[in-house]
Amino acid sequence: MTLSADSNRDIPDIAAAGSPRQTGAKVRRASPVTTARIVSALTILALLLAWLVSAHFKLVSPVFLPSPQTVLWKFYSVATTGFVDATLWQHLTASLFRVFAALLFALVVAIPAGIAIGISAVGRGIFDPVIEFLRPIPPLAYLPLIIIWFGIGEPSKILVIAIAMLAPIAISTASGVKGASQDRINAARALGATRFQVILHVILPSALPSILTGLRIALGAGWSTLVAAELVAATRGLGFMIQSAAQFLVTDVVIMGIFVIAIVAFILEIGIRRLERVLVPWSGKE
Amino acid sequence: MAHLVLDHISVHYGNQAQPAVTQASLSVNSGDFVVLVGRSGCGKTTLLNAAAGLIAPNSGSVTVDGKQIKAPGADRAVVFQNDALFPWLNARENIGFALKLRGVAAKERDAAADRLLALVKLEGFGSKAIWELSGGMRQRVGLARALAAEPDFLLMDEPLGALDALTRERMQTLLLDIWAANNIGVLMVTHGIDEALLLATRIVVLAPGPGRVVRQIDAGFGRRYASGETVRSIKADPAFNQARAELEDSIFEGEAA
Repeated sequence: MTLSADSNRDIPDIAAAGSPRQTGAKVRRASPVTTARIVSALTILALLLAWLVSAHFKLVSPVFLPSPQTVLWKFYSVATTGFVDATLWQHLTASLFRVFAALLFALVVAIPAGIAIGISAVGRGIFDPVIEFLRPIPPLAYLPLIIIWFGIGEPSKILVIAIAMLAPIAISTASGVKGASQDRINAARALGATRFQVILHVILPSALPSILTGLRIALGAGWSTLVAAELVAATRGLGFMIQSAAQFLVTDVVIMGIFVIAIVAFILEIGIRRLERVLVPWSGKE
Repeated sequence: MAHLVLDHISVHYGNQAQPAVTQASLSVNSGDFVVLVGRSGCGKTTLLNAAAGLIAPNSGSVTVDGKQIKAPGADRAVVFQNDALFPWLNARENIGFALKLRGVAAKERDAAADRLLALVKLEGFGSKAIWELSGGMRQRVGLARALAAEPDFLLMDEPLGALDALTRERMQTLLLDIWAANNIGVLMVTHGIDEALLLATRIVVLAPGPGRVVRQIDAGFGRRYASGETVRSIKADPAFNQARAELEDSIFEGEAA
């Protein structure tokens, strides 16, 4: 499930296999993982270099593509003096608060819904249509409705993000629940477990790896929705910061904001993988 | 003394043309070691699951001490072929599971689990994760987990089917030791003819198409082991070979009929 070293082990190293350099002599090749990492690093360097060069020779107007130094400097200046009345830290914490409040809400609603879908026909009958209805709708489409219903305050923003997170968590939970081993369920029943105990002690732990996958997808969806959620009546937040900057054509802040979101998302991704290793060490080992 | 009785039960799975089991009767008392033998598809597992209360027969009755069985219960603990252990719990926690369900405190659970770990000769393995254990060890944890419920009956569905021959032999004597030391009734499914003969006090022969009981044979080799004779000496006894030939005959006869 995780993109660890093991999953790459079987992939042949195409680049090395196709190179004509080895003739008889034994060449000790780097593992495919190391190769991929080196190539990734080179790709990033190349892109950065292309950006530096095009900015340096003004191939693109600095209004549209500011230099990396300028963006880096913006990072510092927004972090210290701020942009649109808030520092980078305040924008970041405002956004993080919204995403995590939404995640909490989504987990509380979607995990029980997913369990209901997974274990009972009635549950499936109730929640499946709702989830399938919500799933394909873009957040920008229901944002106006949420504002009409719940106003322009913080709850609306959190709700918009949470709705985007419901479907991935519920669907992953349901699939994890359905995948719970019948033998294990029977074993628990034969040891005297009630229906509730079976759900709590067997089905829920069985579904945990799948729930964590859903949580991961949900966080991705949450970040995508963040900018939409901060469209209306926000005074802080990364999405708000980017949009304000765009309106004034402060491109360096826009790019800086994009990088901040990317870095935070990356850190969260690593955090979830750690969490998987701690919470579901058995996953993939049976 | 507890009595488990399957009385003329028939089980018909909805998606199949003929019943999995028809008009099958057998009983297990405390101290019995009843073994179900027969070819694949003759309803051995179905009968065991009916005894466990995991499936309800379409007709006939399953009773314990005269009371109708409607659901699984800790008085009839089950050991499955693929151990069915919980990988999110370590060996000790798996064994203590039945006690946890009853609200027994963690300390007592662990003490009971450690006693059972010693019983199945796995001292010191309590903190191991399930995936760190070999197939034989896992099956022993499964056995200990079932015993922790202090059941009247132990129902085992090919518990040794996935083990290599040497581990299997060791597990057979372990089963006999545990059965002899505790006054429990055992109902076990197996493919192994020798295994059935060595362990059983009574062998129930089933035949397929539709699954039914064709013969019940009393056997006493397990009791001989319990009273001190070695497995080697039992298997060397000509009576053991003769009993095996008779058992094989009755399996083939059942199929021909």
